[in-house]
Amino acid sequence: MTTQPVHFYQIGSFAVGNRLLSDDERTVQSNLDRTNSIDSGHRACQGCGEALGARYALDAAMRATNGQIVAVNATGCLEVFSTPYPETSWRIPWLHSLFGNAPAVATGVAAALRVKGNRDVRVVAQAGDGGTVDIGFGCLSGMFERNDDVLFICYDNEGYMNTGVQRSAATPPAARTATTEVVGPEPGNIFGQGKDLPRIAMAHDIPYVATATVADLHDLERKVERAMELHGARYLHVLVPCPLGWGSASNETIHIARLAKESGLFPVFEAENGKVTSVSKIRRQVPVEDYLSIQRRFAHLFGKNPRPDVVAHIQEMADQNIARYGLVDEDADSKEMAE
Amino acid sequence: MLRQIEGSRAVAETVALCRPEVVCAYPISPQTHIIEAVGAMVKAGDLTPCEFINVESEFAAMSVAIGASATGARAYTATASQGLLFMMEAVYNAAGLGLPIVMTLANRAIGAPINIWNDHSDAMAVRDSGWIQLFAETNQEAADLHVQAFRLAEELSVPVMVCMDGFILTHAVEGVDILDQSFVDSFLPPYEPRQVLDTSDPVSIGAMVGPEAFEEVRYLAHLRQLDALERIPLIAKEFAEATGRESGGLVRSYRTDDADIIIVALGSVLGTIKDAVDIRREAGERVGVVGITSFRPFPGRAVHEALSHARQVVIVEKAFSLGSGGVLSTDVAMAMQGTPLTLRTVIAGLGGRSITRRSLEKLIEAAGRDELEGLTFLDLDNGAVERERARMSATRRSGPSAENLLRDRGTVSSVKAKEEV
Repeated sequence: MTTQPVHFYQIGSFAVGNRLLSDDERTVQSNLDRTNSIDSGHRACQGCGEALGARYALDAAMRATNGQIVAVNATGCLEVFSTPYPETSWRIPWLHSLFGNAPAVATGVAAALRVKGNRDVRVVAQAGDGGTVDIGFGCLSGMFERNDDVLFICYDNEGYMNTGVQRSAATPPAARTATTEVVGPEPGNIFGQGKDLPRIAMAHDIPYVATATVADLHDLERKVERAMELHGARYLHVLVPCPLGWGSASNETIHIARLAKESGLFPVFEAENGKVTSVSKIRRQVPVEDYLSIQRRFAHLFGKNPRPDVVAHIQEMADQNIARYGLVDEDADSKEMAE
Repeated sequence: MLRQIEGSRAVAETVALCRPEVVCAYPISPQTHIIEAVGAMVKAGDLTPCEFINVESEFAAMSVAIGASATGARAYTATASQGLLFMMEAVYNAAGLGLPIVMTLANRAIGAPINIWNDHSDAMAVRDSGWIQLFAETNQEAADLHVQAFRLAEELSVPVMVCMDGFILTHAVEGVDILDQSFVDSFLPPYEPRQVLDTSDPVSIGAMVGPEAFEEVRYLAHLRQLDALERIPLIAKEFAEATGRESGGLVRSYRTDDADIIIVALGSVLGTIKDAVDIRREAGERVGVVGITSFRPFPGRAVHEALSHARQVVIVEKAFSLGSGGVLSTDVAMAMQGTPLTLRTVIAGLGGRSITRRSLEKLIEAAGRDELEGLTFLDLDNGAVERERARMSATRRSGPSAENLLRDRGTVSSVKAKEEV
């Protein structure tokens, strides 16, 4: 008699197969009643992490609010690839104004809904990392400080990809971009610069701050749902690999996002009212090389003239995150076994 | 009811009568008293329902107004000068999206050098933005124009800027008849948006438009401005019939019937010009005034009709385009194409310099003798300018000109300190 072993987890990954979960644990996307807030047919690149993240985040927000979402969008890839008008991918009310003002526009939408006594409709604002950490930062901080009833989602692909891969304040050290070229004694982006927006958001003591990656879409959906249970300013920072800008294979998007988390370079956590309330532990820690070496933006750290010193410096950053958020449990393996 | 009241207060109370639903506020002189007063009314519960939002910049103020207006709320804000420039991108965006936001612009100079006093440089900087720009001559008109502005904006889905001279009007206390709530409610119906973010009927607003349709979108916006040329006089007429007051409209003429020389201007300086005209009339000069209320859209035909019988037109402007000349003058020249009229531009009142009746009288006298050059700067201290030019040619590191001119005038203490050294 032939037997086939049943794997709870899909082979080679930590993704939980929907088929093995109960109905209420399955992703919104597995349900035919999903809203398709951002519909197919848009012009995103193959393997685009942002399109994936936006689709999951918005459909989860739609489910959480019974379809009562208004979206505000900053200028950027998501805005451009979704609305080659007269075609539009948006099946929800959607407003694009400018690059740097999405948080303030969302404040205006929320204020209008409030003044009209409309308590059911909720506001989601979205931007890339440029629209969040750089040009939209002033408006975002203002929206946080006033605690306006807006969920702001940053799809972080670590650079200005829409304009051709330039550096933003979310670009990691050593990464090659068109404005941090691989030339000179310290090729790529500079160490010691950049903004950690989730921590800055937490410093505003807003009701909810969370990070997520497109490697764990259940987690992303859960965080959106949690955010929609709360009122006031909420911030969700989603790491979305960009095959174009990162120089990665388009079928590696999920894998790279997972390595970002598993290396400790991108800590995944939740915070309420300025305090961390949960962290997603690293399941199987990997050295940062595993994450860096499959992206062409870091190719100059390997190859003919390798820079182990730079890689070590990046490893220090990962170790710092691991220590700061307690990402590694000494007895992680035994716990997992017990589950 | 006629009350002795500050211009800003009159505007704030009138704006409140218009039942704005979202008001965003960022302080900048000389507009601040307006939003302070509206904010107090909202906080006290006298203006309700209304969301008053203290934002972190003018860029955010206009952006909040954009979001609110696109969600179907009547949105209002006020700004001036640097504030207008800081929100410039959103100012264009509001017009491009066709959102009927109303904004008070307390006209103020633009730096550098930083200067808080009145001129029209700020309004001129956004003349091509797609906003309707109405200029108030008096505080009464400033107040009245806001009611007409909301009506006009919402009828046409075009944002409207009510321009009132900073300090000269905003901080002047004079008699203003504040309208009744019942009249404003009858004159200004509730806002019915042409486009709105509605979960039961989702639309995408603000999509990218390429070369295939961009020109048509812009042309449609231009047509709406031309529609405004039709609507502005009708709304002013309806307003006048109900209130008995001449507020708004496209242009207003004063003693121009037999005028040889007509002076054209915007805003509060028209009062002083009329005084000067009265005096020169007594001396036998046939001189009149045309005030332009609607600067954008520019009422070319009305201006043509108002000026075509004159021999000489003198445009007094509180702003100019450096390296070129008058801004309003260019529009007037376009309107008067093909006529033998002599056009003269006079730049006056920059950065709050007083435009005195005496200077204007001399100006009219000079115009009567055909002595005005194409471009004149009223009361310019040529000596001070020449001395600074000399310093600049004598020394490479001549220092900042603005500070040098102040020192030249003896208005900074460093003069004494330097002399002592």
